[in-house]
Order: sequence, then structure tokens, then C-alpha cells
Amino acid sequence: MSTRPRIVLDRVRKEFDAEAGKLLVVDDVSLTIDDGEFVSFIGPSGCGKTTILNMIAGFQQPTSGAITLDGKPITGPGAERGVIFQDYGVFPWLRVKDNIGFGLRLKANHAEAVEREAAARHYIDLMGLRGFENAWPKTLSGGMRQRVALARAYAVKSEFLLMDEPFGALDAQTRGVMQDVLLQALEHEGKTVALITHSVEEALYLSRRVVVITARPARIKTIIEVPFPYPRREELHRSPEFAELQFQIHEIVMREYENQQRLRSPTVSGA
Amino acid sequence: MTRALTPILPWAAVVLVWYLVPATGLVNPALVPTPWQVLLQFWEHMTVKHLWLDMLMSFMRVTIGLIFGIAVAVPVGFLLGWYRPARTLIDPLVNFFRALPPIALIPLVIVYFGIDELAKAVMLFWAAFFSGVIVMYEGIVQTNPLYVRVARTLGATDGEIFRHVIIPLAIPHVLTALRVALGVSWATLVASELIAAQRGLGAVIQNASNYFQIDVIYMGIICIGIIALAMDRLLRAVTARVLVWQERIVA
Repeated sequence: MSTRPRIVLDRVRKEFDAEAGKLLVVDDVSLTIDDGEFVSFIGPSGCGKTTILNMIAGFQQPTSGAITLDGKPITGPGAERGVIFQDYGVFPWLRVKDNIGFGLRLKANHAEAVEREAAARHYIDLMGLRGFENAWPKTLSGGMRQRVALARAYAVKSEFLLMDEPFGALDAQTRGVMQDVLLQALEHEGKTVALITHSVEEALYLSRRVVVITARPARIKTIIEVPFPYPRREELHRSPEFAELQFQIHEIVMREYENQQRLRSPTVSGA
Repeated sequence: MTRALTPILPWAAVVLVWYLVPATGLVNPALVPTPWQVLLQFWEHMTVKHLWLDMLMSFMRVTIGLIFGIAVAVPVGFLLGWYRPARTLIDPLVNFFRALPPIALIPLVIVYFGIDELAKAVMLFWAAFFSGVIVMYEGIVQTNPLYVRVARTLGATDGEIFRHVIIPLAIPHVLTALRVALGVSWATLVASELIAAQRGLGAVIQNASNYFQIDVIYMGIICIGIIALAMDRLLRAVTARVLVWQERIVA
């Protein structure tokens, strides 16, 4: 794995307009995401981690500071940064294979029909969607829909995956399966991943670094290097080191959740 | 077998009640023609008085009003739904005009458009446009922005988002607008054919009313109901076909 920096957040600050003036959501976040690495963001809900991801995706711009991709400022969304949403965002009016081929019909990553077919077939296999090529999304479970969304991002050869609680709406079993689907896809075709999650276990199992975010405004509380080598398999959960690290991170995260609760109590939140 | 008969049952019940009600003596039998009388009138009107021409006339008026009304309602409704400033500016106006019953407009329509086909077309256009535009824009307002976001992250340009995301999302609303406008248009038809129409189901009813031919009035009303129902069924079938992908099919 190379350590070429790809995405650099430099003293990023984000304010939103609120009734009572400005609402500071992200404060002084600096972070470098290297090529091919997997970074997770974990923190209390509403802490601003989605805002960080949205800025990397290009949906929002920082109020001050800079976010660069290979040295160039990010000004909007782009096909090299695939985004995976909690609500899947699978187009309901397209069959599975057309969903996966959607990006390849666009000028930005245009491919001929034959290539499109081949790419769709390839990623249908990679994500374990064979037999569902012609299914309508409404007939698919949440896990299957998220596989379609992943295949669709893979099909346009995105170099990054920005994932906003991608498995948050799934049941525990499906969630475990999807984590392995993701790990295996990344083994086949590596990508640089930024993942937002509420689950310490998920962050630890998937990523090389876990970034703990504070209660609002979002700041980096601490960054934990995860020592386990890839490829990772399910058995990793059973190792004592995993349990110990999970416990440590859990402690830190819980403290932030408590701060978050205090933020929300009526005496403090005037806005 | 029984399943094939199920759709006929409610109609059979209606005909039965229709037969029985005059027999109870609750209403004056002279004022309620029997289904058989109405059927005979229908046969006579079809064979001798060219009722099919009236049906065709009414059907054409509704269809033309509907096509033009919806053709304008779709882009206007879309713009209102998509651009918030347009909505805040124009929404009160749309609701004001929509609330006006088309019948109340007849005197003005006669003044400005005379009593010919144009006058009827204007009324039906009015009815179709205002009922369609509301459905269209309410639908577009509810468009899930997630799909636009997803398309953007896959590299779609504004034009591509419009063609590949917004149009597919708008089609269900166009079809709903058509169905709602269809109902309103038939309701407006009789009113518009009161404007001195020579032919048309509204004119048939109006003439029958002048001569107190209650069986003919029944016949005219039933014809309108059947044609409107058939058109609605057709639209439903089209909708179910075009929108197989929808979570809830309106069939």
C-alpha cells in the first residue's frame, strides 16, 4: 500500500445559517487520507460527520479552510468519488443491471453498450447479484439494494468510496454480510474509502484508521491506528486484541455521546 | 368461474335496486324509467338518432381539452414544483383559479369565445389544466433529492440529470394528473355542452330535459359514466404498464 496523500482536509470549518446566527458544525478539522486506505469516522449522531463527508463529496463547501483532491480544491461532486448513502439511492425505475450501468451511459464516463454490459456483468458477479440482473429494486432487500449501489459506484471506476452509514439501516446479520462483501470487493479492486458509522465494531473491522469525532462542533478527538493486517476475515472479531481495542474506542466514543446528550439538554440548547 | 363474475356483481345489484325502487311505491314510477326502457331508448338513439355521433363528439371534446390542458399543465406544474420562487409567486393564483367552478365561467366564456367549439374547448382546457397542474407540482415537490445527488456523484451533468432522473420521476405524476383531469373534464363536459351544443352527450341530456324525457336523461348519464369509466380503465392499464417499477401500482 502506497502512502500517497489523496484527499487533504486543511483546517476545515463549516458554519450553517441558523435562527440564532451562525451554527458552527465542523471546527478546524485537518486530516490526510492516503491512497488506498480505509478511514472511518465515528461520533455522536448530529455531530457533523456527515457534513465532513458531504464536503469531501463536493455537495457542500467549507466556510474556511480547504479540501483538496490530489492538490486541487474540490468544487463539486465527481465520478471519481462514489458516494454510498444509507438509503441506497438505487433508482427505482431501472432494473438492477441498468442501475449498475447508469453511470456508464453518462458523458463523463461513457462506454459503448457492449462494454457497459460487460462491466455490469462483472460487478453483478463481484457483488453477488447474479440472478437479480433483471429484478426491479422494489423487489430487493436493503442489503441487496446496497450491493446494487456499490456495484454502480464500482462500474464507473470511482477511486474513492464515500460511505455515509451505508449499513445503518440493515439488520445485524445482513450488516455483517455486507461488511464482508465490501472487504472482498476492496480486495479485488482497491479503493480509498471514507466511512461514517455509529458502530465501533464496524469501524474497527473495516478500517485502517478510526477517526473519533467530538460532539458538535465536529473536531477530531483522536485517531486510532488499527493494527490488524488485511485481508481481514470474520474470525478477527474473536481475537482478544480486537475486543480490547473495541473496548478502548467504545470508551472514548461513549464520552462524546455523553457530551452530546448534555448539548441537547434544554438548559443549554437555546437555538 | 366465480372470479370472472365478480366484476359484474355490483352492476347487477344496481340494476336490481333500480327495478325494485319504483315497485316499493316510495317514488313515483312515472319519474323513474325501468332499465329496460332506458335500454330501448339507447337502441333507438343508436340506430335512428345517431347517438354514437354524440358520444364521439363528447369524447373528442374531452380528449382534446385533456391533451391541451395537460400538455400545458405538465411544464407549468414542473416549473412550479422545481423552482421555489416560482411556487411562492404563482401558487395563490393557481389555487384561486382552480377553485372557480367552470360552470360559473360560462357567461364569460360566451362573451369572449362565442358559443362554438372554441368556447367548449376553452372550458375543458381550463378544467384539465388547473386540475392537472396541481397534481403535477405537488408531485414534483415531493421528488426525493437523493436520486439527483446519486446521479451527480456518478458524473451526470444538469442535462443528463433532467433526462435520466427527473423525467422518469415525473412520469408517474403526469399519469396521475391525466387521471385526475379526466374526471374533472367529464364533469365539465355537460356544463360546456350547455353552451348551445347541437351534439354531444351534454346536449342530448339538455334536450331531453326540455322535453321531460327522463329515460333519455338516464341514458345520457349512463353513457357518460361508461365512457369515463372506460377511459379511466385505459389510463390505469397504461399506468400499470409504464410504472411496473413503482412500489405501489395504482391498478
